[in-house]
Amino acid sequence: MDLFEYQARDLFAKHGVPVLAGEVIDTPEAAREATQRLGGKSVVKAQVKVGGRGKAGGVKLAATPDEAVARATDILGMDIKGHTVHKVMIAETAPEIAEEYYVSYLLDRTNRTFLAMASVAGGMDIEEVAEKTPEKLAKIPVDANEGVSKEKAQEIVAAAKFPAEVADQVADILVTLWKTFIAEDALLVEVNPLAKVASGDVLALDGKVSLDENAEFRQPEHEALEDKDAANPLEAAAKAKGLNYVKLDGEVGIIGNGAGLVMSTLDVVAYAGENHGNVKPANFLDIGGGASAEVMANGLEIILGDPDVKSVFVNVFGGITACDEVANGIVQALELLKSKGENVTKPLVVRLDGNNAELGRQILSDANHPLVQRVDTMDGAADKAAELAAAK
Amino acid sequence: MAIFLTKDSKVIVQGMTGATGMKHTKLMLGDGTNIVGGVNPRKAGTSVDFDGTEVPVFGSVAEAIEKTGANVSVLFVPPAFAKAAVVEAIDAEIPLAVVITEGIAVHDSAAFWAYAKSKGNKTRIIGPNCPGLITPGQSNAGIIPGDITKPGRIGLVSKSGTLTYQMMYELRDIGFSSAVGIGGDPVIGTTHIDALEAFEADPDTDLIVMIGEIGGDAEERAADYIKANVTKPVVGYVAGFTAPEGKTMGHAGAIVSGSSGTAQAKKEALEAAGVKVGKTPSETARLARDLLKG
Repeated sequence: MDLFEYQARDLFAKHGVPVLAGEVIDTPEAAREATQRLGGKSVVKAQVKVGGRGKAGGVKLAATPDEAVARATDILGMDIKGHTVHKVMIAETAPEIAEEYYVSYLLDRTNRTFLAMASVAGGMDIEEVAEKTPEKLAKIPVDANEGVSKEKAQEIVAAAKFPAEVADQVADILVTLWKTFIAEDALLVEVNPLAKVASGDVLALDGKVSLDENAEFRQPEHEALEDKDAANPLEAAAKAKGLNYVKLDGEVGIIGNGAGLVMSTLDVVAYAGENHGNVKPANFLDIGGGASAEVMANGLEIILGDPDVKSVFVNVFGGITACDEVANGIVQALELLKSKGENVTKPLVVRLDGNNAELGRQILSDANHPLVQRVDTMDGAADKAAELAAAK
Repeated sequence: MAIFLTKDSKVIVQGMTGATGMKHTKLMLGDGTNIVGGVNPRKAGTSVDFDGTEVPVFGSVAEAIEKTGANVSVLFVPPAFAKAAVVEAIDAEIPLAVVITEGIAVHDSAAFWAYAKSKGNKTRIIGPNCPGLITPGQSNAGIIPGDITKPGRIGLVSKSGTLTYQMMYELRDIGFSSAVGIGGDPVIGTTHIDALEAFEADPDTDLIVMIGEIGGDAEERAADYIKANVTKPVVGYVAGFTAPEGKTMGHAGAIVSGSSGTAQAKKEALEAAGVKVGKTPSETARLARDLLKG
């Protein structure tokens, strides 16, 4: 889960990384008091999870509380690269910046370790620095069990060639930033720019944090950080039901078991769509192992509730899951939806293979539901689902 | 022969007495796995009856090894306790730990991997978030259904569980030497490369099927490895060609970020290494058949 800047700032502050004062608001009028609290002037910063907001006009100085209201009025509702601004941060104006640096911790998947990255060429897009001047970006592996002590931080500082006058401050920040990374179960903590201001102090002026959703069991506070406004309503509804669902922009609803098989199903449907009016998958939905009638009903309900969906492809390979249970789940799900008064009109194509496939197919044949078609290969079923979606 | 797991493997189950552990221990026994014990400190000294097979419960992995000579552990321990369980397996120096558990925090898997490394990698870790591995007709360590296929001469390595089953089903008439599900998490123990190396050395494997998915660069690195080190024919499949950028597709590691981790890039890297890559599971199976016919 990627966080907004203001949330990253709050986490940095909580763990001792020096940041400027700031608060988040969602109405222009609130900018006035927030700016007054900061002594009468502020920076109004759009909160969007995308880079380049400064260039897009999403960061403005306000010399007075009234001006802050005006700037907040301009920025709230603005579209930045497809992201609507719902919140702005009213931040303390940065003292004059002398130098801009970059520091981050992240997971290095390739080497299965954590990695510290640091550069004295901060303030700009770090991917650009990495590409054009890789010698300016120090990358130091960090052992997950050893972490970042002051000594390790000094090693990072030395590798990135930070100037001597800020070396100690940056090393301290690297230690507190590591604390943030560990304590919050983060996948990424990044400060860019880490600025040396006129007074000589080093401050985190902007940052990114991404959190590990698998750690939610020990991070009860993280749920509150979720951006519920931005989530697609279908995705939000699916999440509330504990379903692993991603909305896509096609017409064929997809339900399958296992992430890999569902991803593969999306591909096979997209290929089949090339012969049927270019229809595409409408979603990713993995019902996981042991799909009960209830899980199947929840999944079908979400997918049938998507106005973009024209047909549905249920693709199950029964591993431990028995196909007869899946078939019963489909039949019961349709009955359940009917009993809820929902008028289901979208055709379902079902492919069952593996554990108890014959039994499952028999159950579907016996139920003889007018909307359900059985096709016994993955490719054939994908083709049928695409054809039905294109015909609608 | 086979890789990592044979009929002689002595298997213990960490988390055997939980609901998932009980269910799968029974299934593994049914597939002929030599299960010599379970581990649960609170139930040490008791035993569990699986349709007439008494499986003793030990207080620790070390005790289980000492009393039974166990050399494989399969873990069904819930995410919150998985790190401690893997660390225990590493401390006991069990040669193979198969971590089935889904939903382990990355900081925990990074920590147990770093710990295994600091102990000299005496324990091979498979997973986490994987279906385990099977050597059909000999032994099953995990949750791969034992009845999809029979012993044969194809080796399979895959990030995805259900795609493993699908591919075993597509090629069920030919059969498999071993099939290894390595898992789709950002940090995993055994990689495609480790399995490719083992299959290359396995005299009972004639052809290798490698299944990948979006995210990370494991497939690209496997392609480099194949080019330099693998003489046996390799057939590949990559899932997620139509996955959009920035959306995690079920597996924590399956995400396209920027231009990296795309299925297209992985396919191209594999093809450049001489690997035949199928567009779909069925086409991949056809490619494997064609190569075996020679």
